[in-house]
Amino acid sequence: MEVGDIRPYIYPDIELDREEGQGIEDLKANSQPAIPDPDKWLDEELSQNILLTSADALINWGRRSSLWTAICFPACCAFEFIAANGPRFDLARFGMEILRASPRQADLMITAGTLTWKMAPNVQRIYNQMAEPKWVIAMGACGISGGIFASAPYAVVPGYNHIIPVDVYIPGCPPRPEALIYGIQMLQKKIAKRRNLTLGKD
Amino acid sequence: MALKTEPFVLNMGPVHPSTHGVFRMRTTLDGEVVVDIEPIFGYLHRGVEKLAEQRTYTGIIPLTDRLDYISSMNNNLAYCLAVEKLAGIKVPERAEYLRVIMAELQRIAAFLIAVGAFLNDCGAFFTPFMYMFREREKIVDLLEMVSGQRLTYNYIRVGGVSQDIPEEFLPALRTFVAQMPGFIDEYDRLLMQNEILLARAKGVGILTREQAINCAASGPVLRASGVKWDIRQADPYSIYDRFEFDIPTGTVGDCYDRYRVRVAEMRQSLRIIQQAMTQLPPGPVKAAVPHLIRPPVGEAYAHLEAPKGELGFYLVSDNSIAPYRCHIRPPSLINLTALRDMVRGWKVADLIVIFGSIDITVGEIDR
Amino acid sequence: MTAVLSGKEIARQLTEKFPESIIESGQDYLVVKNESLLAVAAFLKDTPELNFDYLNFITAVDYYHYFEVVYRLSSLEHNHSLVLKTHCADRENPALPSVTGLWQGADFQEREIYDLMGINFEGHPNMKRIFLWEGFAGHPMRKDFR
Repeated sequence: MEVGDIRPYIYPDIELDREEGQGIEDLKANSQPAIPDPDKWLDEELSQNILLTSADALINWGRRSSLWTAICFPACCAFEFIAANGPRFDLARFGMEILRASPRQADLMITAGTLTWKMAPNVQRIYNQMAEPKWVIAMGACGISGGIFASAPYAVVPGYNHIIPVDVYIPGCPPRPEALIYGIQMLQKKIAKRRNLTLGKD
Repeated sequence: MALKTEPFVLNMGPVHPSTHGVFRMRTTLDGEVVVDIEPIFGYLHRGVEKLAEQRTYTGIIPLTDRLDYISSMNNNLAYCLAVEKLAGIKVPERAEYLRVIMAELQRIAAFLIAVGAFLNDCGAFFTPFMYMFREREKIVDLLEMVSGQRLTYNYIRVGGVSQDIPEEFLPALRTFVAQMPGFIDEYDRLLMQNEILLARAKGVGILTREQAINCAASGPVLRASGVKWDIRQADPYSIYDRFEFDIPTGTVGDCYDRYRVRVAEMRQSLRIIQQAMTQLPPGPVKAAVPHLIRPPVGEAYAHLEAPKGELGFYLVSDNSIAPYRCHIRPPSLINLTALRDMVRGWKVADLIVIFGSIDITVGEIDR
Repeated sequence: MTAVLSGKEIARQLTEKFPESIIESGQDYLVVKNESLLAVAAFLKDTPELNFDYLNFITAVDYYHYFEVVYRLSSLEHNHSLVLKTHCADRENPALPSVTGLWQGADFQEREIYDLMGINFEGHPNMKRIFLWEGFAGHPMRKDFR
């Protein structure tokens, strides 16, 4: 198919690059303290410690047994996640076989890899596009604290909890698929304790 | 009446199911046809070269694991070859053979993922990928037996390997080498004459011989374009000159040729492993190397044939415990120089197939 | 085995064609001046006996007083290789001619050197940062970064 004269790099997108760079610098300046972990579910007050209604139990069972993951696979942990999806450690038996490309159809984000400041606005955007209720699992040492790369602070975010709130942390470099499955089961236990239908004050 | 059209810029963003990792392309499209493409990297730039200046020579080995994370043994080996060249360390025989066995096993595992992901991009949604993962799990079991890790092994050290193989390794390796040709035959039976694969990959994304050499492509991308250049035979490192194996090349340089070259190289790797297994001598597995290596002042470049291409390490030393400069020659980044020429004039769906056939790992591009 | 060509041999051949271009030549490397870099590189590529058509890598090293840019060239036909170096003494605005006209493989590598070391390559079609974002202050691989 004949394509006509092409000037080298038709649209010099240096303006778009500058805007992106400015966004990254702003995010870096604003994200220095870590976002505290969501711990409302740990509430030990007696008023909240009522047995969940059967409607709640049913909704929680539905939600935790069919978690769909959003794609966020920067680096090496992605391959342990894919191996966990593979034929040997089957994640589909937990209802998690769908790896949807679109974050709007997902409710779990497993962050498998190192986060850099250049990637951080995109991860935040994907997180914002996910619909409630949504959960985040920080997988691997890089997800928890920056891992082996944390000592080069010019480029690596020291942990995903500077950008998005994280529910479960799975240590390892990379964590074995069995460790990942254990982390997912911990998240499922956490989801089982949610109160969805609140009557009166929350 | 002629229709007036105008090219527009479409961003295939860093979060995309078909880009192998966080890789972004700004494509200029005229309708569905790609007119221009600008790849944008850096979303996984972790500063490995800067970190390497602050760690001891042995402490850099875990960092090298994480470069091309699906072929960690080859990364370790390339780095250790460079340090041994710089410091003049001789590796014992048994360690050399073990290194070759691990490197070739790792090459088969990496090619399984490469071919599986390529077929994924061609449209065979996950079925060949799952088949290849079944074999990869067998290899990963073998490598876990020697090093304890599934993905980032940290096994090959300066002066040899870190520990000897356990007794159950060689019988398990023998069973694997006996079974694997049957599995590769199964893939060929299912895929080689598959109409959809031929329609999507044959004749698509042709890279001519001159372009490939000019763009400094290496590995299966270079060999599929007809250049018979394999560092294991052209500039043998370690003990590769003792083994007999062929170099498969392609003729046309399209995506189908790259796929065929990768599958054929898997068979050649099995040949090398068989020869190495029979020749494996007893002896020590690590040379007597001090904990903190201080090479003399100088520089060295060592390269090897990684599954992605020519992986090289350029080390400059100033007689201290950390290198003065450690530069990594990334095969994936340099193979991507050819992407723009390969892709112009094809449609967006072909762009995905061509990009998948180059087979990159973003951890290696961005380091 | 890839034969590593002797730097002194090549230096002798080059001083006949390009006088005053060599700064230093060692056992396996060759240092040329910035101004004659393109001419020497073109000569190395086009001479049939040398035929250095494959560029292995380009990198830069920061030696406090100067930057050293290292090119490693190979010939696939004759199976020999050579290391070509050049020095860049200016630390404020270092600049070198780009070799992308000769070897297209130098494209991304020169952008990487610009991004991480700050050396500008004149004649490059798309000289901008590649790994870090626009607006990043400084060049990380320099020895005096932070």
